Amino acid sequence: MNAGDTLETKTFTITRADLVAYADASGDHNPIHQDEGVARSVGLPGVIAHGMYTLALVGRAVAEWTGGAEVVDVGAKFTSPVVVPAEGGAEVVIGGTVKSVADGLVTLALEVTCDGQKVLGMPKAVVKHVDRA
Amino acid sequence: MPVDPSLVGREFPAPAPLTVTPDRVAAFAAAVGHPGESVPPTFPIVLAFDAMQAFLDAERIDLHRIVHGEQRFAYVRPLAAGDELSATLTVTGLRQIGGADIIATTSEITDATGAVVCTGKATLVHSGGAA
Repeated sequence: MNAGDTLETKTFTITRADLVAYADASGDHNPIHQDEGVARSVGLPGVIAHGMYTLALVGRAVAEWTGGAEVVDVGAKFTSPVVVPAEGGAEVVIGGTVKSVADGLVTLALEVTCDGQKVLGMPKAVVKHVDRA
Repeated sequence: MPVDPSLVGREFPAPAPLTVTPDRVAAFAAAVGHPGESVPPTFPIVLAFDAMQAFLDAERIDLHRIVHGEQRFAYVRPLAAGDELSATLTVTGLRQIGGADIIATTSEITDATGAVVCTGKATLVHSGGAA
């Protein structure tokens, strides 16, 4: 990977069933990720994906782009909720470019959107550089 | 009901350590479609969540009034199968915006030797609702 490289955009669909599976795997059974009524009662537009599900998809995209390079830093602000409808799903699109390669680390610049709107603020991933000659 | 401002600086350990077993990692990876053999980089949320839940229980804050505002993980070393991890959450900041409490936290995740493996920084947004 070289600075300036554009990475293949990844599109992932999140369904309500995915949120149930993620709740079981992560232990986060917050009902705002399952129950429309509870979500609306706290001012949300509907059932929303766990922010950590969206961030896990970033981890997945990074692993796919880098062949599973060691991640040293990953994170984001959850600036806009990913609303997951009861039928079908929400499509999360993850674009990335290589921002820098320095001191054995690759820093990726990311853009994560749903329905054309950014859902993560300042998403960041830094991986160990692996030379694939 | 606003969160108690004297919380800043207090520590909340996760009630039990988490052993990084291949089954546990595989279940997490399957849920998010993570490829390959590596541990998904957001996996430590499993333990950070336990520490957060301990904090919420102690302060009688309802989980459904919490929305995750921000999360970052900085690694000292990668996780490996067999790691026995512990987490302690520290409340590092508290402010109110528009009736919501913005709670800043840091969770140190350590291995069985006590060495820090990873540091999680999270912001939790608490919408108080009717007191």
